[in-house]
Amino acid sequence: MAAVTMRLPAARAPLDSSAPRGGEKHLVAPGDTITTDTGYMRGHGTYVEDDKLIASVAGVVERVNKLVCVRALKARYNGEIGDIVVGRITEVQQKRWKVETNSRLDSVLLLSSINLPGGELRRKSAEDELAMRDYLQEGDLISAEVQSIFSDGAVSLHTRSLKYGKLAQGVLVQVSPSLVKRQKTHFHDLPCGASVILGNNGFIWIYPTPEQRDDEAGGYTANLEPVPLSDREVISRLRNCVMALVTHKIMLFDTSILYCYEASLPHQIKDILKPEVTEEIVLEARQRLLDSEG
Amino acid sequence: MASVVLSEAEKLYIVHGVQEDLRVDGRGCEDYRCAEVETDVVSNTSGSARVKLGETDILVGIKAEMGTPKLEKPEEGYLEFFVDCCENSVDLKSLCINPKEHCWVLYVDILLLECGGNIFDAISIAVKAALFNTRIPRVRVLEDEEGTKEIELSDDPYDCIRLNVDEVPCIVTLSKIGYRHVVDATLQEEACSLASLLISVTSKGAITSMKKVGKGSLDPESIFEMMETGQRVGKSLHIALQKILDEEENLGTSRPKVGFLG
Repeated sequence: MAAVTMRLPAARAPLDSSAPRGGEKHLVAPGDTITTDTGYMRGHGTYVEDDKLIASVAGVVERVNKLVCVRALKARYNGEIGDIVVGRITEVQQKRWKVETNSRLDSVLLLSSINLPGGELRRKSAEDELAMRDYLQEGDLISAEVQSIFSDGAVSLHTRSLKYGKLAQGVLVQVSPSLVKRQKTHFHDLPCGASVILGNNGFIWIYPTPEQRDDEAGGYTANLEPVPLSDREVISRLRNCVMALVTHKIMLFDTSILYCYEASLPHQIKDILKPEVTEEIVLEARQRLLDSEG
Repeated sequence: MASVVLSEAEKLYIVHGVQEDLRVDGRGCEDYRCAEVETDVVSNTSGSARVKLGETDILVGIKAEMGTPKLEKPEEGYLEFFVDCCENSVDLKSLCINPKEHCWVLYVDILLLECGGNIFDAISIAVKAALFNTRIPRVRVLEDEEGTKEIELSDDPYDCIRLNVDEVPCIVTLSKIGYRHVVDATLQEEACSLASLLISVTSKGAITSMKKVGKGSLDPESIFEMMETGQRVGKSLHIALQKILDEEENLGTSRPKVGFLG
């Protein structure tokens, strides 16, 4: 039966912030004066006008000795060496691919930085250059690591490990990069039955856990069999939980996603996105996180 | 219309999901995303409505102005749409002030604030809500001794005529994905569907018009199935929309106005 629900909009009230935070955060909006003291050096996100240091972005003020900068709450991804990113191929050029990673410039994946199918290691020849589209096409999703940063800020990626490479069936969720917590590992096999890659650039990839780690494939053979319904339900539920956490600006990491998933089990998958259910689930997940910390 | 690029494996995942009646966000094939409807959001219009269907955000404003009737329909007013739609659903005779000389012209302007898939449905819901919200001031035509006509506006600002929107249809977009069809497709699902059927359905379930979009082909059998689904879903859509509009109306001035800063 068709289900159509409509509602009147309600002003979204912030979650009950009864949890004590470690130190007050100095939040500023563009145009706010940070300080009138001229002894500070201005960093990113600030400018000087009439001897006053004014913020140019909306965010949190960070002070390191004499350097004052404003870290924006919602910004494009700024690559750091060693970050894991999930990106989409936008162009196939002469000896490289251009990858979209939600940064200011398209990231670059050089032909010399990829692993060939089968894991073979050799210098890439002219035939490899002509066969680039056979490896990665426009629209393909890859997981990669940041190798280096060009002088203009563009990020250079590499997939020189068997855990990186082309991604197969699954669901992509795009969130703000500032919501992804930096951790030791970004590849998680969740106990609920699916796996997730938390890209530092805000691209979250949720996919069914592969049965065996096929190391010889090197990440190029895509499993095109239909995913069973039970796995699909887990993936859809995880995707809705991630959207719920993002709506309430909770940091994304394996534990928070797992707690949110467990809190959402009593509800139907499609109900998770209803505002009242979202709030209930996120509050419960946040409470569990605070309890486990303290 | 905006579209996203997807990899082949992602499209395959979506298509297989639709076959099993479990879409990426957990909905079934005939479920709509949760919609938020608010009327009277723009103060300097005669009627306005804002509809948020998932990521899609539509704003419709209606302004009523005095004009001369069209030659072929001297006893009626008319609607001017910024986006094409069918206008034979509103009682145009109610927009007539003076046959052959004066009538109300309703200028309907539609703004796409954000496109998140399924814009036609959202636009039709917003237009119906805005028409429901439209308040046209009551005017009287006075005749002088010399025969010149004068239009007199009533003194009470709340004395206005409302439009009967029972016959206004809503558009239901059915996108064909694999062997099944889905209602209210997201941008990703639209990228996987090769053909869609736009059906406009009235609240009684009558189909007023139909259009096929997309470069793929549709099997005639599946068109009948899609039409039936469209009628069913269309009726539920009308019921839900009327319920929310009546609820909003009953709240009256005590309704908390959210507008754009919520």
